[in-house]
Amino acid sequence: MDTLIQASLSGIALGCVYSLVALGFVLIYKATGVLNFAQGELMMVGAYIYFSLVTQLGLTPLLAFGATLVLAGLLGALIERLVLHPLVDEPPFTLVMVTIGLATLLRAATGMIWSHDTFAFPSPISEGAIDMGEVSVPLVDMWTVAVTVALSLLLFVFFHYTRLGTAMRAVAQNRYAAQLMGISVDRIFTFTWALAASLGAIGGMLLADISFLHTNMGFIGLRAFPAVVLGGMESIPGALLGGLIIGLIESLAGVYLDPILGGGTHQVLAFVILLIVLMVRPTGLFGATLEKRV
Amino acid sequence: MTTSSKYRDLVTSYEEDLQLFRTGVSKFWFGLLVVGLAALPWAAAELGGNYLLYVVNLTAIAAIVALGMNLLLGCAGLISLGHAAFLAVGAYTAAILASRLGFPFWLTVTLSGLITGGIGVIVGLPALRIKGLYLGLATLAFQFIADHVIVNAEQLTGGANGMIVPAPTLGSFAFDTDLRFYYIAAPLALLMGLAMANLQRSRFGRALVAIRDSDVAAEAVGVNLARYKTLAFGISAAYAGVAGSLLAHYMRYIGPDHFTVMQSIEYVVMVIVGGPGSILGSVLGAIFVTWLPEVMRFAEEALRSFFPHLVFPDLRAIVMGLVLILFIAFEPEGLAGRWRRIREYWTTWPF
Repeated sequence: MDTLIQASLSGIALGCVYSLVALGFVLIYKATGVLNFAQGELMMVGAYIYFSLVTQLGLTPLLAFGATLVLAGLLGALIERLVLHPLVDEPPFTLVMVTIGLATLLRAATGMIWSHDTFAFPSPISEGAIDMGEVSVPLVDMWTVAVTVALSLLLFVFFHYTRLGTAMRAVAQNRYAAQLMGISVDRIFTFTWALAASLGAIGGMLLADISFLHTNMGFIGLRAFPAVVLGGMESIPGALLGGLIIGLIESLAGVYLDPILGGGTHQVLAFVILLIVLMVRPTGLFGATLEKRV
Repeated sequence: MTTSSKYRDLVTSYEEDLQLFRTGVSKFWFGLLVVGLAALPWAAAELGGNYLLYVVNLTAIAAIVALGMNLLLGCAGLISLGHAAFLAVGAYTAAILASRLGFPFWLTVTLSGLITGGIGVIVGLPALRIKGLYLGLATLAFQFIADHVIVNAEQLTGGANGMIVPAPTLGSFAFDTDLRFYYIAAPLALLMGLAMANLQRSRFGRALVAIRDSDVAAEAVGVNLARYKTLAFGISAAYAGVAGSLLAHYMRYIGPDHFTVMQSIEYVVMVIVGGPGSILGSVLGAIFVTWLPEVMRFAEEALRSFFPHLVFPDLRAIVMGLVLILFIAFEPEGLAGRWRRIREYWTTWPF
């Protein structure tokens, strides 16, 4: 019983990280129609930026955190401007290829700059854990959940009560109608990428804190895909819930399935779920039905 | 007859449009290609010896994968990010059949192709319900699951230790050197290229192109979407399976880290760089992607003075990523399209 609760709690924390990555992914997909395979890499780069700011420039954690968000956002905006903007009218198929290229590029460039070694993350959160009876919850996990909840609320307020947020929703609903209403779709696209990259960076920092800082973090980001598909590609609550479910399942499978089916089963299970969702209900839990006009 | 000699590219009937070799000139070029391929090892031996031949063999194997990938990506417009996994299925099938059960080479290659094709059909089944982009996710999932099975099914695959595979033999003659293997790989690549050319101009190939351009419209004119999509996936996987078994027999050792996501991406790069939907493009793409890293080894040292952490796989990945993005942005028809335009420029020169 204690194992179950313990595994569930760490699953929720992991799930929150997936949720954040999935969130950035859904934002880009909804607003610009691009299936962004580089979201996991954006997350990884964010964590590395924070790492360098703290260990090499000696910034205080809070300052470094803020600077990371800004820098990651700039990187996202830069990618949109340089790479995706010129290709904006290409079919989605082409854009996916481009993001695959981006993911490859970002991962290798990170390895080139910071090497492929594993680093301990310079965490401002202390190592301790809170004991609750037989179960102990690391402080990092609690922070992760708190940050995710806070960010979700912030995003909700942003999308519903600010001009920019409303404009983003308008672009997501209908790009051309939004343009006719005087919204600069170009600017919204760039901002969406910046926002997604910043969200990814937060996810990356939390993930690096939960585990380690490593260039394979991008692959962990790929596991946010099952979360996105499970939640429904275009749904923000779906992404949050999907992330939680995948995190929980992974964590529980790590405890109960790995001994039976061999190590690493929990890492693959998310993809098995992905395949099942795609076959049974491709629109996911909250997705709209697909329709196509000729 | 006079018209066709005057306007060389003019097609006057459907039968003519469907011919494999439309003119005597193309027959001549094909003959020259065969002779050139047969003579290549001597040229290679003069220039760079066994190493060069080794890269040529790898190119031939890569070309087979690229041909299959191009059918999927270029003709049918379906994405696969799991072709390295199909390659792995073919390689392990060949390894198990040859080293455990002692099957002869020709049988293992054929069976690898068939079995991988069958698995391709199964993996392609989600393609029936979902759009092309989701298929990328499904195949990516397959890649990770296949990796996991290979590492964990130790009794069958040797797990992380990999497997030893015997060299292909014909009677008592073993194809155990680079030169000898070349005479398996190159003819097989050529044959499979011809088969693909035939496939593309058949009803099947045209149906796939129709699906790529608009699946709804294709269905409306009577193309059975389910059948053609799964079949395209199966054939593409079968090509990868054959290439995988060749690779296993050539390397004579296979392990789980030979078949990574990065490799799957490189096969996509081959098609994009070579030219989607073109046979010539598949081959050019395979040559480009296989040779580029070999050329880059020279640049590696120079770059390392700036980036002390630089390792070769990173450099390779960076160039692949860049090449992918740049070709999509500036040369969407790939090398084959560039070649076609150069040829048109000179045939119409000085106009």
